[in-house]
Formats: sequence, C-alpha cells, structure tokens
Amino acid sequence: MRKRSLDMVHTLAKRDERVVFIGSDLSPNLLGEMKKEFPSRYYMEGIAEANVIGMAAGMAMDGFIPYVNTIATFITRRCYEQVAVDLCLHDLPVRLIGNGGGYVYAPLGPTHEAIEDIAIMRALPRMTVTAVCDAEEMTRLMDATLDWPHPVYIRLGKGGDPVISKAERGFAIGKAIDMIDGETGASDVLLIATGVATTQALKAAGSLAADGIRCRLLHVHTVKPLDADAIVDAAGQAKLVVTVEEHSVVGGLGSAVLEALSDRLTGALPPLKRLGIPDKFAEHYGSQAKLMESFRFDAKGIDATVRKLLAELRR
Amino acid sequence: MIHKTASKYATDLDLVQQATLDDRSRHLRRLIFRAIENGGRGHIGPALSLVEIIRVLYDDFLRHDPAKPKWRERDRFILSKGHGCLALYAMLADRGFFDVGELDRFCHFDSFLGGHPETVVPGVEACTGALGHGLSIGLGMALAARMTGRDSKVYVLMGDGEINEGSVWEAAACADKHRLSNLTAIIDYNKIQSAGSVFEIQNMEPLTDKWTAFGFRVFECNGHDVEDLRQVFRDAAAYTGDRPRAVICHTVKGKGIPAAENNPDWHHKSDLKPAELQIVRSALGS
Ligand SMILES: Cc1ncc(C[n+]2csc(CCOP(=O)(O)OP(=O)(O)O)c2C)c(N)n1
Ligand SMILES: [Mg+2]
Repeated sequence: MRKRSLDMVHTLAKRDERVVFIGSDLSPNLLGEMKKEFPSRYYMEGIAEANVIGMAAGMAMDGFIPYVNTIATFITRRCYEQVAVDLCLHDLPVRLIGNGGGYVYAPLGPTHEAIEDIAIMRALPRMTVTAVCDAEEMTRLMDATLDWPHPVYIRLGKGGDPVISKAERGFAIGKAIDMIDGETGASDVLLIATGVATTQALKAAGSLAADGIRCRLLHVHTVKPLDADAIVDAAGQAKLVVTVEEHSVVGGLGSAVLEALSDRLTGALPPLKRLGIPDKFAEHYGSQAKLMESFRFDAKGIDATVRKLLAELRR
Repeated sequence: MIHKTASKYATDLDLVQQATLDDRSRHLRRLIFRAIENGGRGHIGPALSLVEIIRVLYDDFLRHDPAKPKWRERDRFILSKGHGCLALYAMLADRGFFDVGELDRFCHFDSFLGGHPETVVPGVEACTGALGHGLSIGLGMALAARMTGRDSKVYVLMGDGEINEGSVWEAAACADKHRLSNLTAIIDYNKIQSAGSVFEIQNMEPLTDKWTAFGFRVFECNGHDVEDLRQVFRDAAAYTGDRPRAVICHTVKGKGIPAAENNPDWHHKSDLKPAELQIVRSALGS
C-alpha cells in the first residue's frame, strides 16, 4: 500500500505537471525513478516537518499539487499548526501521505504509533481524511486525489496487506463501500470499518456468517467527509452496530459514526460498540498483529465481541 | 566521505574513519549485537556512531548511581536521537541499571526495551524517538537544577540530521538567554541522516559557527577516540564561562561493522536476514 501510494505519485506526476513530491528525510533512493525523470519536482528535504508543510503550502498557492510524505506521527503531530493554518485555512490541495497508521511501527513504540491521527486530522475544517484497505484501493484513491480541491490526509498501512477491495464496487472520495455481496439491507450486525481494520472485519463477518449471523460490512475509506447517508441508512436496519478501527476510540471512526447517528437518526439509536485502541499509549512492543490481538480488534476479537453482544441483546 | 564543507575542522576526519576500537568498545558493541540478534532488528548505524561518546560520559563524567536511578543529585543524560537507543541500553545494562539479560528481549512484546527509549527503563531520563525534543527538555532540567541549587549537569546528545529541526534552535536560543552553563549539547556528527549524506539532504554547515552564534562555547573531537573524548569533556568542564557548551563529535555511522560504516542502508534494519546477522557477528564477535 505504501509502495503503491508512492508509485502513484510518480504516475500522477507523469500525467500532470502540477504534481510535486516532498519527502522529509526518508529512505535513500525513495522514488528514485521519479527523481530521475522529474528532478525539478522531486524534493528530499531535511528533518523539518513544520517547514516542509509551509513549503508545500507556498507551492500550492502557486498552482502546484504537492504530495508530502513522512511517518504518520510526524506529518500530523509535529506540524499540526502548519497543517491547520497553512493548508486548511487556505484550503490548499496538498496531500499528506502518512507512513504507518496505527500500530504498524509497534516495535518502535509510542513516538511512532499514529493512534490519534484520524481524530486530529478530522477535527480540522476542510481536511479530507482517508484510510484505504489495500494497494488496489490505494490506486483508486490516488487517482481521485489529483483533482480533489482540498487538503487530503492519506493514512498508510504496513504494506503487503491482503487485497480485499474490488474495482467493480467503485470508488469515490466520501462514499462508503458495501463489502459483502447480498448483504446490503437488514442485518444482525452492521460492521463499519476503515483502513486495514476492514480486512479484519471481513474475516470476522465470514466466521459469523458461517453460523447464520447476518453481517453487513461498510468500508469507510473516507472518514471525512463521512458518508453519513449510507451509515444512517444501514444502522437503521441493523440490530447491532460495531465500528472497527486501528485507532484510538477517542475521536476516530467510531466517534464519527456516533456523531452522525446521533445527529441524523430519528428515534432510538441501535446498540453500538466501538472497537479500537483504548485511550492509552502502547505499553508493549512486539508486532502490529499482537497489539491488535491484545486489544481484541483483530478478526477473532471482532467475532467474539459480536457473538457476546448479540447474546446479551437476546436476553 | 569527507566533504569540502566540513574539511575545515581541526579534527582529522581521516583519523575518525580509521579509529580503532579497544576491548571495552568492542564489549559494548557485542552487547548491542545481543539485542539486535534477539530482536531481529534495530537502528544499527545510529547506535554504533555514539558508543564511545556514551561510554566516556558514563565511565568518566556522569554522576550517577545505577542502584538509585532517580537519585536527585545525579547528572542527566538525554539521548535526544532516541533511535540510537541500542547503545544506551548496552551502556545502562553494563553499568548495572538493569540485568544484561534484558537485552535478549529487545523489542519483544513484554520487554521494556523498545525501538526507542522510554522512561520505564531504569536510567532513561526522557522518552525520545521523535527528533528535536531533547534540548528543550534538557534546558528545562538545567533550569530546574539551578532553581533548586543543585550542581547537576545536563548532557543532551543529538544527531546531525536531528538538528535540522527548528525546535533545536529555539532551544539553543533559550539556553543562551538563560546562560545555562550546566547544559552541554553533544552532536553525533556522523555526516549521514536517513536519506543520505547530510551535505546533500540538509547541510548545517558552518556548524561550529552556528552553535557559536547561538551563544554556545563550542568544542570538537574525534568521537571514536576515547582519549580525545575524555580531553574534550574535561576541557568543557574546566571552561568557567557562563555559556552553554556544545561538543561536536566527528563520528562514523555504523562504526565497527565495515559493511555498515558510512552506509545509509544500515540506518535501520528490520527482519534481519541470517546473512546480515553473520556480517554483524563476524565484525563484532559473539
Ligand atoms: C520528528 C522526527 N522526524 C522524523 C523522524 C524519522 N527519523 C528517525 S532517525 C532519522 C534520521 C536521523 O538522522 P541523524 O539525526 O543524523 O541521526 P543518525 O541516524 O545519523 O544517528 C529520521 C528522519 C523522527 N524520528 N522524528
Ligand atoms: Mg547522522
């Protein structure tokens, strides 16, 4: 997914001469082919995230479309005011590509774990917040970013993530995608997921369906602008709603869904459970998979939570 | 490797490249290798350039007590380039802050030794890993020592890429304002950052002039020559002026593993292959 997103920057640069790449001290030779082909639109700058965002803003004010890339924690936390003021207040078409959303960098600890990036990016007016589920969907997102007139945050997964998206389901920024054929109406459980958490949710849906539990899965690759229409409609037909994200339960997808339901759904809200990272910094290293498992938002954890909640609802 | 912009240094950069390592330096590198081998990963180059700096500090200068890591009167050492933590872990383990066996669990799920240092590790003063924070924290500690009448010294070790960050220079100006003579900034000047040579990615030369202009008394040395390091820290301690100190240490990224020396590809390795582990093992011994 990460490689695809960067390769796509090169592809877009061929297609459109407004496209510029700016990295902040990344790996040697990153996007070397693009550097060779378009040396004047390739910048590998120092370790200075705040500066790089302002620099991108200046270029965008003159008509360029900069794609800025570094580790997700540094492209969000480190330069938050530059993102808010230089990019969002000016409503500039700068794209922020954040490596390692969630627990991708588990062995590197909390400084490298983007657990609240969706929340803080989502809180900024005019910012578009995306987290696709695999490399194929990344291609479709990157295509769509070219002419999107606002700043975009692009959250990356680990890379090598299994491909679960399908071109025929379509792709548009801000439009949620139904992931299970034949399950687009009433359901026992409506799973709503973003990023690579959708892969876990899809797996869980498979094991639940095997036991006759009707699951619908909405993949929300764009957390902002949120597809409130689709979410409110689907939630209205579900006995239980479970949101899944590799992100803090504070302010992420789960919060966004609750806000939309609370604001838009007339009548009682369906029972809703948010699965994700509890409100704390990681206290373990190890691996992304192990941390997801320990906080029970991997496929097994989702499956178990849904069964438990449905049983409680039946009582 | 020697770039014209850095060639005016008093330190002979060829000698830095050629510096040989004594038993203690090799011992500390073997401890680093223990962690790398068991964790299967690590920022290798960044740790190997600062082994001698950290060794001289802990062996000869830092007032500390491994049995009482929170001792109020201690000197403080902040590894601002937190990704060099393998060297810090080796040093702290060697001095008895925690059991050497902990190195075998580097980056494991239940270990307290992760890919960047956190204060749950006995002897670690600040959680680092996001670059450009250490000097501000260090100057706060230096002011705290001054306010409470303690003569504790504060040392902050930064990378030569790390000092690209604007926050470093905000801290430098502030340390000058407060005349923090109890604060020492140390630069691990290995001439390489993540993407490649610092002279290509973000040249910070003239470096001595910059720190001088920001109000620091600047010293310079061969960061792999233990005698030179001792002398420079003695000189820095003997300096009686009221300015903060900066010690520019010329180093080699990856020092001690020929394949890794001056090689940006050895900045960080995950999922180390058996062949790569063999390269490290044969260079450092096991
Ligand atoms: C704020 C921030 N931005 C980016 C990074 C990613 N990063 C980790 S190490 C590194 C290069 C550091 O270079 P340098 O300071 O020269 O240290 P060296 O690796 O040479 O020891 C980068 C960019 C980071 N850790 N923190
Ligand atoms: Mg360096």
